[in-house]
Amino acid sequence: MERLRTLTLNNTFDEHFIRLVEEESGQQISKCYQCGNCSASCNYTFVYDYPVNQIMRLIQLGQKAAVLSSRSIWLCAACTACSTRCPCNIEVTRVMEALRVMSLREGIISIKDVEVFYEEFLKSVKTFGRVFETGLLPIVNLRTGRLTNDMELAPKVFKARKLHLLPSIIKGRKEVAAIFDRFESWQHQKMAHKG
Amino acid sequence: MRIGVFVCQCGTNIASTVDTERVAEAARRLPDVVYSTTYVYTCSEPGQQEIQRAIEAYNLQGVVVAACSPRMHEPTFRRAVEKAGLNRYMFEMANIREHVSWISNDREANTKKAIELVRMAVAKLRFNQPLFPSRVAINKRVMIIGGGVAGIQAALDCADAGLQVVLVERKASIGGKMAQLDKTFPTIDCSSCILGPKMVDVAQKENITLYAYSEIESVSGYVGNFTVKIRKKATYVDWTACTGCGVCMEKCPSRKVLDEFNEELSFTRAISIPFPQAIPKKATINPKYCLHFTKGKCGICSKVCPAKAIRYDMTDEVVTEEVGAIIVATGYDLFDPSAYGEYGAGQYRDVITGIQYERILSASGPFGGHIKRPSDGKEPKDVVFIACVGSRDASVGRPYCSGVCCMYIAKQAILTKDHIPDSRCYVFYMDIRAPGKNYDEFVRRAQEEYGVQYIRGRVGKIYPKGDRLVVQGMDTLLGVQIEVEADLVVLATGIEASKGARELAEKLHISYDQYGFFMENHPKLRPVETNTAGIYLAGACQGPKDIPASVAQGSAAASKVLALFARDTIETSPQVASVNERACIACGKCIEVCPYGAIRWKELKGGIKKAEVLATVCQGCGLCNATCPPKAIQLQHATDNQILAEIEELCA
Amino acid sequence: MFREIAYYPGCSIEGTAKEFDESVREICKVFGISLREIPDWNCCGSTPAHIYEPLLSAALSGRNLAIAESVGFDKVMTPCPGCLKALKGSLEAFRDPTKKEDFLRILNMPFEGRIKAVSIVQFLIEDIGVDEIERNVVFPLEGITVVPYYGCLLTRPPKFAEFDDPEQPTSMDRLLGAVGAKVPHFPFKTECCGATYGVLRKDIVGKLTGRILKMAQDLKADAIAVACPLCQQNLDLRQGQVERYRKESFEIPVIYITQIIGLALGIEPKKLGLHRLAVKPNFLFEMSRKGKENFVLEKQT
Repeated sequence: MERLRTLTLNNTFDEHFIRLVEEESGQQISKCYQCGNCSASCNYTFVYDYPVNQIMRLIQLGQKAAVLSSRSIWLCAACTACSTRCPCNIEVTRVMEALRVMSLREGIISIKDVEVFYEEFLKSVKTFGRVFETGLLPIVNLRTGRLTNDMELAPKVFKARKLHLLPSIIKGRKEVAAIFDRFESWQHQKMAHKG
Repeated sequence: MRIGVFVCQCGTNIASTVDTERVAEAARRLPDVVYSTTYVYTCSEPGQQEIQRAIEAYNLQGVVVAACSPRMHEPTFRRAVEKAGLNRYMFEMANIREHVSWISNDREANTKKAIELVRMAVAKLRFNQPLFPSRVAINKRVMIIGGGVAGIQAALDCADAGLQVVLVERKASIGGKMAQLDKTFPTIDCSSCILGPKMVDVAQKENITLYAYSEIESVSGYVGNFTVKIRKKATYVDWTACTGCGVCMEKCPSRKVLDEFNEELSFTRAISIPFPQAIPKKATINPKYCLHFTKGKCGICSKVCPAKAIRYDMTDEVVTEEVGAIIVATGYDLFDPSAYGEYGAGQYRDVITGIQYERILSASGPFGGHIKRPSDGKEPKDVVFIACVGSRDASVGRPYCSGVCCMYIAKQAILTKDHIPDSRCYVFYMDIRAPGKNYDEFVRRAQEEYGVQYIRGRVGKIYPKGDRLVVQGMDTLLGVQIEVEADLVVLATGIEASKGARELAEKLHISYDQYGFFMENHPKLRPVETNTAGIYLAGACQGPKDIPASVAQGSAAASKVLALFARDTIETSPQVASVNERACIACGKCIEVCPYGAIRWKELKGGIKKAEVLATVCQGCGLCNATCPPKAIQLQHATDNQILAEIEELCA
Repeated sequence: MFREIAYYPGCSIEGTAKEFDESVREICKVFGISLREIPDWNCCGSTPAHIYEPLLSAALSGRNLAIAESVGFDKVMTPCPGCLKALKGSLEAFRDPTKKEDFLRILNMPFEGRIKAVSIVQFLIEDIGVDEIERNVVFPLEGITVVPYYGCLLTRPPKFAEFDDPEQPTSMDRLLGAVGAKVPHFPFKTECCGATYGVLRKDIVGKLTGRILKMAQDLKADAIAVACPLCQQNLDLRQGQVERYRKESFEIPVIYITQIIGLALGIEPKKLGLHRLAVKPNFLFEMSRKGKENFVLEKQT
């Protein structure tokens, strides 16, 4: 996405967004005083569009669109170096998690590949009860249009007898699928409630 | 009794959430109340005049003011009623500001509560008796606890005014943290050159008694008459004989003792003089390392000492000093950076603290004033300074700003450039706090003249790479991660309360804040007084402070002592316990519970024993009153009758 | 002594981290610990579930914990820190009064929340003990330099992990020390390896895993010890990809800490799944075949 150049705060400041982030993450955003330790500690800063401290700043300024459409929130690996070192006791990882949840809910996810991977992963879990690693990669590759991705690893893995050609299907897979279903209806309810 | 009630509006402080008219109206209906009114600022001159006019006009015998906390204005109003001819204890105060108007916006509830508080005050006042203070002589000697620059300044100012001064220092030499510093900001004065002469003055003033290597054991008494027990820790050297020649130190075979003065960057001996300019310049044995104590052999120092001063059998000694006032100047300690695992302090030898760097810069330091790094003695070319290590960091329990680090970093960076012109200095900072005279200009000079790189952001991690360290930080102004390869990293560790500060505060009966800094009586108007009369504060024991502020406070505390000592006697409060001997059953419980030792046995004719209160020692805490089974001991101005009257009124 | 403990292997253990499972089981046998797999356990949902909604992740792990509780266990051990995070997240949701009700509704199973979840490393340290391991060493790994790599989740965030120091952990160092290895201070102990981005972003793993491998190489490490299937996959299986990305060669074996301990306890390398590693730990095979003295000699010459 394009970097913000000029902000007219009166028009774009979204207080409700700040409250929602705080509620979802359980963290108080105003505690951040922009020391930059999160970004200094983050091993992913080099691939982010906005470094973590700027994400925090954008939340403070109520910039919902910029935050939820940023690539950074989807490139965060939740390694928690930021949470561990934050001098203000903010669990930054939880803020990033909340933003991903919100961005997904709003359908403004910036990195489609990641979404495909997560979707296929959960589909696998819902179907078999456990994730079917061997089946997952080709589907993800197919859907993201990078057919040869990681294929050179396959011989190594098969030689070590590490992958199965068939998924491991558990007896309680219907129980697991039911958890997914209950979760989805809970989420719909929550969304409807929040309007 | 004829009582007048004055309800203060305190501008809008009270009036905005309390209906003061209704409070005055309700008071008018109380028994014995013959006059009641409300006024915008009762503490102002016209407000006080109104009270005095009413006393005369209505022939009042007691006065209630419903206003702020008695801590704020009780003395003011007591003086006012006294001027109008009443005894100052015929006055009561109801706190309807801090206890009412400031804590709730519910006007109706507030008004009700204010009325209740006024009713209680009136009920109590009806049982009040005129009380009269007695006078006691002031012991015009002053004790100063802590021999850093603040304590030294206070000691010299008091001594110059002709007072007898007792200076108690925990370490073997006075000088405090300032003695360890190389130069001082923003003038780049040599620290020991400006402090040294003052330390010598302390030694030379005949009216200063110095107890070095000594700690406060206990404090009793009250303003004008304190009794302080001082523990003189065993030095194992007779300091009256020791000439400070240093032969013992030279010959001592126990050489692996980390030098505390050099912040453990070098070694000293088991017997040592802390540093060449030490006052007193006397040797002390560290029994943890001395072979005589650890192995039961050696004795070399004893053999070589030309003054025959070594005393292996020395023990701690407790001495008692009587003084009329105490100045506390116990200074500060520095944050232990090992809480920051990501910086590897303690793990990487070339990650050091600011005070360690002071020692490295100092000509009397471990490397003779040549900048070398601890790991291999190499001269560093890239030096990184990290600000706010243990300051403004809630995650390590230090959310406050230490106030001096920004300045000492700028100084150390400038000195680094002076020592090693081709070196490069980098400062990771969050904000620059340089509000003193010529301070910001000094930081600008570091950047403009010396080319010190200031990087706005905190550091996330430090890790070794070859024999260097990689500092991984953030430039928040650019929004990019910054990596600097450094030869030396200096952590600007923040100021924290001195070790043992809380324990000392409890001995002195003074308050301290959540971080262990001593509390001043009023943050603006009484900055060097404590809540305990006769005990004053100076320097960083009250909160982070630089040298000018510490010196100013040292002088301020001295002036307070001199003002106190300008009188020959002081009034003692009559709000003390007294014994009704007819009711006393001599059970002795009051003697047991009294925290001040103010109650003792008294023998009447026929060997009958009764409790007796030493009015000058009693602090009026009321513990005895609450404990006494037959209620024979009563606290004046808070007698059972008075308290019960208040409670009955509240429950009525 | 004989003890039984609930065991949650996790999906990667069934596949790419088979040798982790094998070695965990082997060394537990030595200490008389019987691992009882949670019957019919399901996938924790890993990062994807957590990202969709932490409550989904909590509920998926909740099923596993509920089953373990119903069998009567009060502690569950898992070798995978990712799974551990999910298990702990489940307990956290249960304890959080604002989430408990929703959590239980989605889970829809009896759940008491009294069970404790620990990593294999925490289990080795707290339930078996460094001293006990040291006493059972048959082949001390003398002369071998191993750097411990903890990864992100084993000790972080501290309030959540409740184990070891978040920045300078020592538990793996101590375990490796107990089996006689030389353990230099490893500055990148807890630096993230690139996590799940191995699949989609070779540049991320190339850089992050790359700098861990480089640091290990600079420290002349014979091997990197790990305790996470994902870390192991990035450092070992993807080492070739990383080498190509960085245009330098590492050839550093990346071994599960349980495999290293197993070797020192005298367990046959094959039983520990050492043959399954992508970067072959040839020197270790040599060592166990020839016996310790010969091995040390050969390395020196």
